[in-house]
Amino acid sequence: MKKVKKSASFLYLGIIFLFLYAPIFVLIVLSFNNSMSRTVWGGFTLQWYFNLPTNDTIMDALWTTLRITLSSSILATILGTSAAIGINRMKKNHAAIMLGATNIPLLNADIVTGISLMLLFTRFTSLGEFSVVLAHIAFSVPYVIFNVLPKLQSMSESCFEAAMDLGATPAYAFYKVIWPEIIPGVLSGFLMAFTMSLDDFTITYFTKGAGVNTMSTMLYTELRKGIQPELYALSTLLFLLAFLMLIATNLKSFNKKEAMRV
Amino acid sequence: MTNKLRTSFLAMPYAIWILICTILPLFYILGYAISNGDGSFTISNLTAIADPVHLKSLGLSIQTAFITTVICLIMAYPVALILHNLKITNKGFIVFLFILPMWMNFMLRILAWQNILSNNGILNSILSAIGLPTIHILYTKGAVILGMVYDFLPYMILPIYNSLSKINDDIIEAAADLGAGWLNTFIKITLPLSKDGIISGIIMVFVPALSSFVVSNLLGGGKVLLIGNVIEQEFTLARNWNLGSGLSIILMLFVLLSMSIMNRVDNSENGGMLI
Repeated sequence: MKKVKKSASFLYLGIIFLFLYAPIFVLIVLSFNNSMSRTVWGGFTLQWYFNLPTNDTIMDALWTTLRITLSSSILATILGTSAAIGINRMKKNHAAIMLGATNIPLLNADIVTGISLMLLFTRFTSLGEFSVVLAHIAFSVPYVIFNVLPKLQSMSESCFEAAMDLGATPAYAFYKVIWPEIIPGVLSGFLMAFTMSLDDFTITYFTKGAGVNTMSTMLYTELRKGIQPELYALSTLLFLLAFLMLIATNLKSFNKKEAMRV
Repeated sequence: MTNKLRTSFLAMPYAIWILICTILPLFYILGYAISNGDGSFTISNLTAIADPVHLKSLGLSIQTAFITTVICLIMAYPVALILHNLKITNKGFIVFLFILPMWMNFMLRILAWQNILSNNGILNSILSAIGLPTIHILYTKGAVILGMVYDFLPYMILPIYNSLSKINDDIIEAAADLGAGWLNTFIKITLPLSKDGIISGIIMVFVPALSSFVVSNLLGGGKVLLIGNVIEQEFTLARNWNLGSGLSIILMLFVLLSMSIMNRVDNSENGGMLI
């Protein structure tokens, strides 16, 4: 009976993963397809991978995406981490107000966030890469705060005070006492901000202005003309990169655990 | 105490940021919503929701979002439960397996669903190969719901999984010791204790599903007009920003309404942290 239950649950997990990864398999297969059509299999080829570096539209969109994603997630991490430290030290009702406001971009519909930011930006500045970065910071800061804050809340304040009593400057005490505790939260917050920014379409679409295209918005405009197969090649590479990074970090933490056991 | 005050100043840049990039934009959209193109006050952009076309797409959005949320919940809860019961050391790895698909561009993944679902697509080839009748699902409401379930499923799995990990295993064991069967334990202990996760999951699926316009564009083929599509068209094609803003405000009201309903169900005190 127990065995049946176990294999049934593995079967169920397998079906869910098949559902989540089926489109990804399709895209990987398409990246090797020797045909411009999405529906016909024309034999195996690597030509889309070789054409990729010379395809200016795609490479432009890739670099724009990377610039926006990296700068917005780094800035969001700095802003969010310092905000979390500050909020943690606030009076309870002030902190509640700040957290309530932090929830707004998370809870608001993307389309409303995008439109409202666009209405603001068009009044003060022209739309472009800069406005997209601001918009991306706006929707990714909450992820950083909600990843860092629990780490701060679970550590005791007396450690920091003890360090200060023993003569450490606040900066030194922060670096030695608080930072090691919150770094996992900062990293996972950064990673979430990065992923959300990389995958965003709606908010970018409304705040980007003419001429600026990330991967998502370029795809949306290319849809009518038909997708360039180089895009499948590029997304396969990006996906594999993420997958390898995941395996690598996993092996590292696994080794650490093994070492601790010995 | 002075030390405490000084550190809370670290949140000052963020407080200013919230005012400018979170609160102010909401006033802007409200300002557009209650004015005409020439700047005079009107509520016609808000009452425009009563227009049969708008009302129909709002109804369709609510219906689609509701079905999507229910399917996500039914699919996600067993996943979270199975993952929770797995005896593995590195659970973070599992969580990343659900975030990983996001590294393949969202638009491309939805496009791949077109390939899978189209009339002579992959799904129908498999169905006819094993002798089952083919289905015509692409460019229907069913395809839009499938696309949304696909897109939002991780947002339901992760909060439920997190809330399950917070349950103290001793309580489950105590229930078993006191003679409760598996089902009884689940209904009386596990389910109520994972309520927070369920509510976060419902909010995180329902709200984006209510306002999505890309999935309905790609998998509904322009035949499924959701409220998100109407708003997008007002901003891009019709260039009527005031009407678009008015409808956005209505959409926001529905989001707030659905959340206040969920909050009534939820009476926990974790400060409304969703993730």
